[in-house]
Amino acid sequence: MKVKMLSRNPDNYVRETKLDLQRVPRNYDPTLHPFEVPREYVRALNATKLERVFAKPFLASLDGHRDGVNCLAKHPKSLATVLSGACDGEVRIWNLTKRKCNRTIQAHEGFVRGICTRFCGTSFFTVGDDKTVKQWKMDGPSYGEEEEPLHTILGKTVYTGIDHHWKEAVFVTCGQQVDIWDEQRTSPVCSMTWGFDSISSVKFNPIETFLLGSCASDRNIVLYDMRQSTPLKKVILEMRTNTICWNPMEAFIFTAANEDYNLYTFDMRALDTPVMVHMDHVSAVLDVDYSPTGKEFVSASFDKSIRIFPVDKSRSREVYHTKRMQHVICVKWTSDSKYIMCGSDEMNIRLWKANASEKLGVLTSREKAAKDYNQKLKEKFQHHPHIKRIARHRHLPKSIYSQIQEQRIMKEARRRKEVNRLKHSKPGSVSIVSEKKKHIVAVVK
Amino acid sequence: METAPKPGRDVPPKKDRLQTKKKKPRRYWEEETTLTAAGASPGPPGSKKRNRELRPERPKNANITKKSRISRKPHLPKKPRERRNLEPQRSVSGAQDPFPGPAPVPVEEAGKFRRIDKSKKLPHSKSKTRSRLEVAEAEEEEISIKAARSELLLAEEPGFLEGENGENTAKIRQADIVEAVDIASAAKHFDLNLRQFGPYRLNYSPTGRHLAFGGRRGHVATLDWVTKRLMCEINVMEAVRDIRFLHSEALLAVAQNRWLHIYDNQGIELHCIRRCDRVTRLEFLPFHFLLATASETGFLTYLDVSVGKIVAALNARAGRLDIMTKNPYNAVIHLGHSNGTVSLWSPAMKEPLAKILCHRGGVRAVAVDSTGTYMATSGLDHQLKIFDLRGTFQPLSARTLPQGAGHLAFSQRGLLAAGMGDVVNIWAGQGKASPPSLEQPYLTHRLSGHVHGLHFCPFEDVLGVGHNGGITSMLVPGAAEPNFDGLESNPYRSQKQRQEWEVKALLEKVPAELICLDPRALAEVDVISLEQEKKERIERLGYDPEAKAPFQPKPKQKGRSSTASLVKRKRKVMDEEHRDKVRQSLEQQPQKQEKKAKPLRARPSALDRFVC
Repeated sequence: MKVKMLSRNPDNYVRETKLDLQRVPRNYDPTLHPFEVPREYVRALNATKLERVFAKPFLASLDGHRDGVNCLAKHPKSLATVLSGACDGEVRIWNLTKRKCNRTIQAHEGFVRGICTRFCGTSFFTVGDDKTVKQWKMDGPSYGEEEEPLHTILGKTVYTGIDHHWKEAVFVTCGQQVDIWDEQRTSPVCSMTWGFDSISSVKFNPIETFLLGSCASDRNIVLYDMRQSTPLKKVILEMRTNTICWNPMEAFIFTAANEDYNLYTFDMRALDTPVMVHMDHVSAVLDVDYSPTGKEFVSASFDKSIRIFPVDKSRSREVYHTKRMQHVICVKWTSDSKYIMCGSDEMNIRLWKANASEKLGVLTSREKAAKDYNQKLKEKFQHHPHIKRIARHRHLPKSIYSQIQEQRIMKEARRRKEVNRLKHSKPGSVSIVSEKKKHIVAVVK
Repeated sequence: METAPKPGRDVPPKKDRLQTKKKKPRRYWEEETTLTAAGASPGPPGSKKRNRELRPERPKNANITKKSRISRKPHLPKKPRERRNLEPQRSVSGAQDPFPGPAPVPVEEAGKFRRIDKSKKLPHSKSKTRSRLEVAEAEEEEISIKAARSELLLAEEPGFLEGENGENTAKIRQADIVEAVDIASAAKHFDLNLRQFGPYRLNYSPTGRHLAFGGRRGHVATLDWVTKRLMCEINVMEAVRDIRFLHSEALLAVAQNRWLHIYDNQGIELHCIRRCDRVTRLEFLPFHFLLATASETGFLTYLDVSVGKIVAALNARAGRLDIMTKNPYNAVIHLGHSNGTVSLWSPAMKEPLAKILCHRGGVRAVAVDSTGTYMATSGLDHQLKIFDLRGTFQPLSARTLPQGAGHLAFSQRGLLAAGMGDVVNIWAGQGKASPPSLEQPYLTHRLSGHVHGLHFCPFEDVLGVGHNGGITSMLVPGAAEPNFDGLESNPYRSQKQRQEWEVKALLEKVPAELICLDPRALAEVDVISLEQEKKERIERLGYDPEAKAPFQPKPKQKGRSSTASLVKRKRKVMDEEHRDKVRQSLEQQPQKQEKKAKPLRARPSALDRFVC
């Protein structure tokens, strides 16, 4: 007879002294871990619930402006610095870590229409209603000096927007026409127009740095190449586009914030069909800014809320609002992709977390592991109806909520009409136009 | 019927068999030259079959991920390329690595950890879903190999008992085993002589550290059976019909004559649950925190012990219920009935999930093994049957026992114990995942009284038997899983660890509605509701938004895009599509005909004989 009994030495399983860690032998055999899927499901459910519990995105409000905030700019080198221009011509430079205003400049008379920083971070440009372009030093004046711009350019018409080239000493302004300026000169190097309406915003492409896009009030988006003297092409939409923003990771993708409550992501090589139509706002979209990862963007709307959209989804993943926040004029995603700033009508700049339930500060390795695990679980079970419902639920202010209901009814009625028309007309005579194509009027080259 | 080769039959006879009839018992650590060297087939539980080994997976694996990320083409089974670096590689110093590359992983081991069913086809198109699935599959492959490799680190080996020279292991007595094994193991064999309070039911705690038993005449006690420290001993002054630990050793459910009572580890009565009356059998589902009770009144009641609510009370409509067992794999309750059927229950359904006709005459005992694959039943017809629970519910093997088994229990490694009168028989299979072969018992033991309760101790090679004369703790080498998982059930856990485990377990309590036959169903795609949704959407919209648009030829270069050529191209595509359609319908036709033909063939006619 040969016999062996299972006989464990307790010393191998129990810690020696109280100062030791407890010993936890592992065995990954699936039969010892029954109900793997249901337990993971419950964990995912709990993680989703906790995510909603901990969703406290609002961080701080920077108050100090004496009129509505009209434009925001990020500092290219310092994460903590942010610049803002208000409707009374005041420019403020803020320190985000201290949540304090560092410097105040009375830059223009009337609105500050646009603000942008130079790529090196030593100076910034502002344009205002007083038909001037001013360049300012980033550092304040030393003791005894007066607060004065480095340069001032007096123009003939009102400038409505400004952007700086990402690598060269060139900037671009817009107003009646798109002007490309050399920093050293007082007259534009090149002026481009297409149509006769005022241009509301112009943006340089961060990757293909010679490309720029502008949007005008005659409902079109025009693309330019700086090396040519004429515009490249334009797309005409159903309604006016307020601003555009280029994807910082994909050179040919840009998103346009439109008056018809939607955002359109275009591929500049094929402008006749937008890549994606982003719908969720219930009023005109005023500003849009991409996350530095290029996967998401944030949009500010007249409906007193900001929303975060994934680039490839037509519905927003997040909506931020507060009781006191009024029409949001401008929004920026910070360069570390963790925070969002928005400037609104009621004179405040608000700082939000980009990920509402994220824990700020240093995470221990166990916290990090738990976070990753929960993230993966949420991803795995995201389509289960119960989990989906909890993850999607957002509290909305009554005004937005009722607007959504109303617009749903309107949309349904329009769709019904379309279906009826299709049903009762000769087959082939009425075609179904997809949502993407519906809003494009024409593409001109 | 599957029959396993008799253990020890093909052991080549040795010369020394003739020399001594009675041999000195041999310890397993003593030198083992003759047997293993001769390649004798080892006895059932200790069969340490060396698996076919696979050389490290890394190159293959890297291949897969690369493919799925870049080319995104369906995998074609390529011939495995010869590994060139199998020879030891020379380093700069000239030293050789005798075992180059990562540690080898046995193929079967890796298969155990595989969760994705690769037989299912991936979607055809070059969709995002497909590429995501391919990445997931590659990841899963890698993970399963890593998990299989971690098996190398497991500290303990399972126990075994082998007869020498064709010796029948069933003839080995407990006293022999006790004499042969080490002192610590020998101490696990004990008898509690409790003649006064009648036949005992017993239950081990989920970690296998504690033992609770209750006698028919009201004696209830719990003890830490390893150290033999008595935790409490009371007499409830009422008949005790069943006893069961709840999720930890601190709580104890006792089915008494009238009602169900819950005691703590000091014997203090915490609850008296009057909604569960005349309970005959108890089962606890640890991951759902459900206490299932079967009563004389014919009700199967599920009590959620974490919140104290009755989740479901199901009327089995089969009279008195006194045979119940749980399926540890999917938490389905199996009830045995007097008409020979076994019914499967979930709290989510008012009706049984399945009914299996197992015996002629009533069912006496039911047991399900830990993988949820096999069910053993015994009936009044003296039969002992083993059923396959994977879909078909077909009997795999059967055997008539002279007395018939009154109690059945499966161990963690798939040993089947049956109590027949005052005898306990244990059968063993080939390995962990195989059914026990009923040809020849692995062990037998005669007790001093009739068996009334059987329970294998988790993580210890011990079978607890409750009988008329008390409790017997039997040694059954190879019964238990040798390597426990410290985060699931740790026999050596401290109080603090237990408390933490309890909080975690309560947080991930599985809702009772999720109990169904296939516990992995939650991870599958719900095709039915998906199709339903799609249909509804098409109805709502008035057209199919995902329908393929008719082919529109693209204008080609100057001069090549005449109207005629455009029409030609369009026609070509249309013809091709039409041909495809016809081909498909032709392929389907014979299948349909077969389907039609089958029922005709199934019912033979009297005129059939004239046909051929």
